Amino acid sequence: MSKYKSPLPHLLNPGHSACAGCGMIIAARLVLEAAGENTIAANATGCSEVTTTQYPMSAFKIPWIHSLFENPASLASGILAALRHKGEEGKTNMLVLGGDGATFDIGVGHISGAWKRGENFLYVCYDNEAYQNTGYQSSGSTPLDANTTTTPPGKRSSGSTELKKDMIKIALAHNLPYVATANVAYPIDLIAKVKKALTIKGPKYLQIYCPCVPGWGIEPNETLQVARMAQQSGFYPNIEYVNGELVQVQKINKSISVEEFLKPQKRFKHLFKNESGKVEIAKIQKIADENIKNFGLDKK
Amino acid sequence: MKIPLTAKPGTSSQVKTGNWRVLLCPEVDHEKCIGCGLCEKVCPEGICFSTGETNSKGKVFFETDLDYCKGCGLCADICPVKAIAMKEEKK
Repeated sequence: MSKYKSPLPHLLNPGHSACAGCGMIIAARLVLEAAGENTIAANATGCSEVTTTQYPMSAFKIPWIHSLFENPASLASGILAALRHKGEEGKTNMLVLGGDGATFDIGVGHISGAWKRGENFLYVCYDNEAYQNTGYQSSGSTPLDANTTTTPPGKRSSGSTELKKDMIKIALAHNLPYVATANVAYPIDLIAKVKKALTIKGPKYLQIYCPCVPGWGIEPNETLQVARMAQQSGFYPNIEYVNGELVQVQKINKSISVEEFLKPQKRFKHLFKNESGKVEIAKIQKIADENIKNFGLDKK
Repeated sequence: MKIPLTAKPGTSSQVKTGNWRVLLCPEVDHEKCIGCGLCEKVCPEGICFSTGETNSKGKVFFETDLDYCKGCGLCADICPVKAIAMKEEKK
């Protein structure tokens, strides 16, 4: 048995209550690591908040604040105003952290306002495609046919009947100088994107694909594999926009079908039971194919 | 009664989550480790780290802190040289 003790060098300490194999917490630590200690973070309600700050403890080693589900973007705007008043504008990185529920649904009005005002912060969304923290209810980010507790499959439905909201397009519509997606399976790319974003003045948006072990029904050691398969199938493209221009896409180096990506996840298990499931898988494949075509993800 | 609204930084480390491990536990083969640090990047607990010690090939090897390890196995999954094996733990 290993007797080694970690010197705990990261800006996010262990002892938090995130599940074994949690995708969100990997992203959280990598984002902090890339931003560095000269950073203030405002956090929305969600797993990233409840798992890291069980009263009276905190896993964060940087100044961090939580207020409500909907308002971290407004909170960050206030902190930036205070820094401006003190004559310390631009000296500290301002991060906003929130899940897809806080970002796509509950906080979208506040976020839109802050983006329109041109607030100088990086908004990081941990996209695990449902309200996983409160018991796997569907959110604006839930993809077609996913089984959540509010979109259960049955005789008349095959899970979520709605398409995933395109938050990237919403961000682009606000003319943000930096908009990108990242994926926990590609940590080096993720770190590079955070660092690049923080060199740009104005509102930035980074959406990170984070598998949820209990919510998606995967094994703890499958988190990275499933996240990788989302990229390889074209289901979740890894893209980067600067000033509205698509400047970088991660090409697919090993192409797979969406079926391979869906198969290990219990939230899509019902699609493999009968013929109507095949029709649904074809619909998801079409979405992935369109991504591959629109973003030019094919290697050739 | 006064209730403080703030918490000291990093204090969650007092919670030793090592008892979350159910069955499997990572075991690092120091000789196989090439010191790339990918395990450190993806460990959800952030407790895979460079020991600063070198193996017979002169590579600095990594280790895990079992006080906190929840046994997810992502370090073993990402290791490019399969230096980490998830083994049944003898308690």
